[in-house]
Amino acid sequence: MTLLAAASTPLGSSLALSTAFTGASTGAGSAADTADARCYSRLVNEWFCWDYVRDYRPEIVDATLQHVAITVASVAFGLLIAFPLALLARRVPRLEGTILGVSTGLYTVPSIALFPLLVPFTGLSATTVVIGLGLYALTILVRALLEGLRAVPEEAREAARGLGYGEGRLLLKVELPLAVPVLVAGLRVATVSTVALTTVGSLVSYGGLGNLIRDGVQGNFRAELFTAAVLCVVLAVLLDALLVLARRLLTPWQRGVAA
Amino acid sequence: MRVLQDAWRYLTDAGSWTGDGGMLELLAQQLLLTAGALALALALGLPLALWLGHLGRGGFLAVNVSNIGRAIPTFALLALLVTADPWGWTGGYFPGTATLGPFGRGGAATLVALALFALPPIITNAYTAVREVPEDVRAAARGMGMSGAQVFRRAEWPLALPLVASGVRLALVQVWATATIAALVAGPGLGRVITDGFFRTQYGKGIAGAIVVAAVALVLELTAAWVQRAVTPPGAPGSRAPGARTGESEPSAQAPTVDS
Repeated sequence: MTLLAAASTPLGSSLALSTAFTGASTGAGSAADTADARCYSRLVNEWFCWDYVRDYRPEIVDATLQHVAITVASVAFGLLIAFPLALLARRVPRLEGTILGVSTGLYTVPSIALFPLLVPFTGLSATTVVIGLGLYALTILVRALLEGLRAVPEEAREAARGLGYGEGRLLLKVELPLAVPVLVAGLRVATVSTVALTTVGSLVSYGGLGNLIRDGVQGNFRAELFTAAVLCVVLAVLLDALLVLARRLLTPWQRGVAA
Repeated sequence: MRVLQDAWRYLTDAGSWTGDGGMLELLAQQLLLTAGALALALALGLPLALWLGHLGRGGFLAVNVSNIGRAIPTFALLALLVTADPWGWTGGYFPGTATLGPFGRGGAATLVALALFALPPIITNAYTAVREVPEDVRAAARGMGMSGAQVFRRAEWPLALPLVASGVRLALVQVWATATIAALVAGPGLGRVITDGFFRTQYGKGIAGAIVVAAVALVLELTAAWVQRAVTPPGAPGSRAPGARTGESEPSAQAPTVDS
């Protein structure tokens, strides 16, 4: 069955065709019959095929898990770097332009170029993809953090200082919680675009569902390609919904005010 | 740092620029592809977004098209277009699959994928631009007896132009950078230098390709910024700091999206 699906040259498919025919004629037809019934077989090659999802479940689950892991790690990595950068930019206003400029400049490097650029240093590993995607997420997250902290009302800050809050406690207990709505808006953008970008990681074979898409194109395997593409979008929507939920839980005072 | 030396050697070698499949040819291909995709997206998206903005309807759609666009990986879209080969449906009569456009099937699929990719920033910015025209300006124009079309042409359009231009500029740079992923489906453009170098473990070559792409992106960005300043009438909102009006206060609106 995999042989049928993997045959990509005209020669290969005609070979598969002839074996299917001989199989049927010699009476040992059960294999050939099921091959014809499969909607993902080379001859049918349907876009959506439930049999594919069932037969290839382990492969699909692995790819999806890898996709989620890479996405989450990348956004976390981006946030980890964005946090000190945003604090630095706030502390030293002169650096703000530089930090925003450099992180935006990273965006002009296409992702397909960024991964090969990192490979000489980090090799063909998931690390390469995570670092690359983290740098992209960074651009959005630094902006979101800065905007979020800026959106904190000055009165809240004054009140906390009046209650004797130090810089650190002010940041953790007052400013960050109040920055959550704007930060989550940035996180949503970063997460959704990272889910989409992870597919390009297939270049170094760590692309999660992108690996399936790449194999689907190369082998003209429509069910694989389409399933992976749909799963990517579903994943993006799910993670987005999770973040919205997290925001609602983290900002109880906003309930009923904002949707 | 050997790779960087290799990259420099590749960039300074005249042979890597000229000839069949040289970087100059690939550069021209990618520029053509970018311009084509952007023109297609402008022709489709701009009238629709401006019209919706003028009517003040469909705002939900115009704003959410960005979010939807972000969730769809361009790579997946490109892969689907190449594999589906929608041009095959015409039975080969209309343009013909392999010879469609200058770059064949991969090129045509990339063109369509890039045009779709460029739509969200164009639509969202153009819609917002028209909506942000102050209501009293619109009322004043109507009070002077202008028809709907006149209100649009003489009041809304000039005031919206800077923000519309900033959307186009954003789309231009994104499309240029994203065009490199055509190489993943054996399409045209500079992405080929990058993937070639990568798959043959000539990392220097790959980095050289990336440098050229980034450099051209910078040139495009600066040129577009200059054009944007030129089309902004003095005294119009946004004539001093267009960035300030394009939603800097709202990271989701300004955040660029890259190829995916």
